Parts: sequence; C-alpha cells; structure tokens
Amino acid sequence: MIEVQHLTKRYGPVTAVDDVSFTVERGEILGFLGPNGAGKTTTMRVLTGYMPPTGGKAIVAGYDVLEQPLEAKRRTGYLPETPPLYPEMTVREYLTFVSKIKGVPRGERKARVDEMMRKTHVDDMANRHCGKLSKGYRQRVGLAQALMHNPDVLILDEPTAGLDPKQIIETRQLIRGLAGDHTIILSTHILPEVSQTCQRVVIINRGKVVAVDTPDNLTSRLRGSETMYLQVDAAGADAESILQRVSGVTRVSVADTKQQVIGYEVDSEAGRDVRRELAAAVVSRGWGLLEMRPMRMSLEEIFLHVTTEEAPAQAAAPAEVAHE
Amino acid sequence: MNNILAIAHKELKSYFSTPIAYVVVGFFAFLFGYFFYAMLIIFNQQSAQFEGQGGGADINQQLIRPLFLNASVILLFVLPLITMRTYSEEKRSGTIELLLTSPLSDVQIILGKFLGAMGLYAAMIAITAVHMALLFSYGNPEWKVVVTGYIGLLLMGGCFISVGLLISSLTKNQIVSGMATFAVFLLLWVINWIASFTGPTTQSVLNYLSITDHFDDFTRGILDTKHLVYYFSVMSFGLFLTARSVDTERWKG
Repeated sequence: MIEVQHLTKRYGPVTAVDDVSFTVERGEILGFLGPNGAGKTTTMRVLTGYMPPTGGKAIVAGYDVLEQPLEAKRRTGYLPETPPLYPEMTVREYLTFVSKIKGVPRGERKARVDEMMRKTHVDDMANRHCGKLSKGYRQRVGLAQALMHNPDVLILDEPTAGLDPKQIIETRQLIRGLAGDHTIILSTHILPEVSQTCQRVVIINRGKVVAVDTPDNLTSRLRGSETMYLQVDAAGADAESILQRVSGVTRVSVADTKQQVIGYEVDSEAGRDVRRELAAAVVSRGWGLLEMRPMRMSLEEIFLHVTTEEAPAQAAAPAEVAHE
Repeated sequence: MNNILAIAHKELKSYFSTPIAYVVVGFFAFLFGYFFYAMLIIFNQQSAQFEGQGGGADINQQLIRPLFLNASVILLFVLPLITMRTYSEEKRSGTIELLLTSPLSDVQIILGKFLGAMGLYAAMIAITAVHMALLFSYGNPEWKVVVTGYIGLLLMGGCFISVGLLISSLTKNQIVSGMATFAVFLLLWVINWIASFTGPTTQSVLNYLSITDHFDDFTRGILDTKHLVYYFSVMSFGLFLTARSVDTERWKG
C-alpha cells in the first residue's frame, strides 16, 4: 500500500532523511519510531505530498506522490504534529470546510461530518470554536479531519502527543479500530505506544533506518541474555559471590539497597532457567527472598541500543562543547 | 472551481469571524465619509462661485473624480491589512499543511485566496455606493463615469491584492508581510514622480509602471484597453509569482 524506495531529503547541506526504504502492507499499522529530529516528520511530509523528496520514490496507494500528487492525496489522510485547525471556525464549520476540499460529494457532507464527529467523540464540541478547544479535543478534531474522505492510507504524526492518559488509551483504541480498513503509519517517540498499537516497527535515527521488525521480534532478537531481579532481606556480606557461583550465572550486580534489603540483578546464559538454583542458594542460608522476577529487555532499551550504536562519534561533539 | 470557491468562502468567513473585516471596512467607511463630506463642502462653494459667473461646476469632474482618487489613496493603507495574513498566518499556525496535503492544486488555493480577499474588498467599496446614491438623488452625475470609476477601483485593488498575496507567501511574519506590502504599494504609486526628470525611455517606463497613473482615465469615464491590459497583466503576474513562491517553499521544505 505504501512503498518507500531510497527516499532522501536534504535541506541545504543537512540531510534529514538518508536513503530510507520500507513498505507497508494493506491494513497494517506501522510504527515509526525515532528520537526527536530523526527524520520522522520529514518522511511523513514527503509521503503526504507536502514536500517533494530530493531523491528516491514514494508510492502511496498505487500513486507516485511526485508524479500524481492529486491522486495520491485523494487517498491519504494526514494528521500533522500540530493539528491544522482554524481557531476562528467552529468544529462543525472546520470539518465542513475539510469535507469540501477533500472532495466529499455535496450531498454526503453533512452526514459525513456528523459521522466523523461521533467517531472521534467531538460531537459535544460541534459548535465550539477550534481555538478554544483543549489539547485533547484539538488532536481528535485533527484526527476527524484526517479521516474525513475515508482515505486508504492514514499518516499520523505523534497522534497521542500532549494527551492525558485516558485520552491516550482512547486514541490508541480508535487507531487500532481503524486498521484493516485503513493502512496506517504513526510516528512516536513513546515506546509503549508502538508495542501496544503497531504490528511492525521502523526505527529511524539521524535519517537512516536502523531496524524494521515486529515489536516482539525486536525484543527477542536483541536479548542476548536473561536477566533476573532478586530482592533479598538480611543477606550476608558474601551474597554477591555466592550468587555468582550458581551455575549458569554470568554476572551479578547490586541494583538497589534499602537498609537491609538488597536488590540484585543477575544475568544468566540465554535459554537457561536459573530460578530454582538462585532461590535455593538464598533460602538455604536463611536469608529472606522477598522478590524474584525476570527482567525483559524492554523496547526502551532496544531503542537506546539501536539508536546509540554509532555513539562514539556523536558523543565526542557535546564533550568538546563542555570544555569551552 | 468548487475547490476555489471553498477556499474563497473560508477566507471570507475568517475575515468576518475575526475583527479584521469590521475594523478594515469600518475605518475605510469612516475615512471615505470624511473625504466625501470635505469635498462636498468644497464643491458646493465652487459651484456657487461658478453659478455667479454664469456656468455650473461639473459634478463628475470636480466631485466624483477626486473622490475616486482619494479612495485609491485609502486603499494603499487598507489593502496591506487585508492581504498580510493570507499566507503568513497559515504558515505560522501550520494550517498550510492541511491545504497542501489536500487534493488541491496550488493554483486553486491561490485563486481561492485571491477571490476571498477580492470579496472583502468589494464589500468595502460597496459602502461608497451609499455616497454615490446621495449624489444621484440630489444632483445629476453621469452614471457611466461612476461605473468606469468602480471598474477601475476593482481592477486596481485586484493588482494590489495579487502583489499582497505574493509578499504574504514569502514570510511567516504578518508584520513583515504588511510593512513590505505597504512599501511596495507606495512605491508603485509614486514611481512616476521622478519620471519628468529622467530620459524619455525611462520616463515612459516609469509612467507605465505606476498603478495609480493607469487609474486616472477610469475616473474620467474612459475605458482604455491599454489600462485593462496593464491591470490584468499585473494581476496575473502577481498570482503567477505567488504560485512559484509557494512551489519553491515546498522544495525548500
């Protein structure tokens, strides 16, 4: 449904997007993940036809965004980072205007506007001016705008930014409900969002794609070892070395200390379950085992892992600044 | 065409749902009313004098023509206020993203904005019809001259608006846009002042460039194709450059 081939975008000497390629299948939700300034928004703006690429190709719903922009735009809905609202229009006026410029036939406009307001739960604000809406409502009106012409492809730039937790959950549910009928790309720098909403993730850093996979695969692929968290009460001074001696354990470190209670992080060889041995080692010495749980490598860590691999060159620059 | 009208309608609506339209139209009406009153007094006095000498004053030449010329001066100040926000505001607030990612062509957006501004402008000069109606009910001016005067006003305003749109498309800042527009308008207005001190070629070029110079014939009741061609070329050139500017902006990102 969406095909991006060797996409490059330069702003003068700055390369914002560098040879990015990926595809999105019909009905899929793709998460676009990356730190701020990684090139997410730029890629999305190229896909929506807001700006042309410097090099490469983007095909949306079967149309090249550069060659046949109007056809591509007819099939694309876009929610920019700041919802593009006119403050002096009421929600209804705004959505009616959107329905006109998105080519909704005259006779269907009113019904369509009402439907979109119901779907995004903004109907109680229909006659409120857009400029007087709260952040959550603005975001939802923006979403209603993107959905107005029932596009095949939806491109959402940080759809949950600035929402409160309840609104975030509602918005995610809404987005998940849209998959199937629509192909969705959503960008975010909030990781749980990706694992909860998306079927596939593209991680982008400094303009380049660093990983493309499902959230689960990414988690397991990058997990070389298992880590266990142990909380022990009244442990002896030699506890660390005793835990270290348990067979299969590769590394032990103290994670936290609260008076007598000490938390340990225990790494073990991948695929080996050392829980029984660890428990026995603690209990047999008369220490209290308060907690034991596996620590999975979270998406957070994966993200940091893949986005900081080229860290040395990057880290040198700020260090120099610090000397001045 | 529907898209153009949708944009034009939106533009008009945003003028009238903010204080802009009321302030602009209101102050224009106030200023024009003052000019009307002042010139009417002067005209009456002159008219009485002429009557004493046995002839009447020509209401078209001595009242209506100066009124139109004065209206064109007020436009110089008022029109930048109408055009300065058209693109700048959309760029600043990000709504330009909605327009540029909707299935609209640049030309449709630009023509829509142009028509919207023209609509407000037309509403503004429509107010002066009240003053003209007064003249018609108490005197007997020649209606053809009044009609050509209005045609001239509309065309001249169209030129100013197309130049204003162009300048607005170049910046995010409304004040910059407004000031630059005002400066360009003023320059286009006075550009022929130095004409008589230059060589014959420069002189005719400068005279030709002056937007208000072309307006003069309209106030005399003359519809000259030379002026029509001039006004329509400036308008289309301004709109063409606006389209180029919007497109360039897109490539720069």
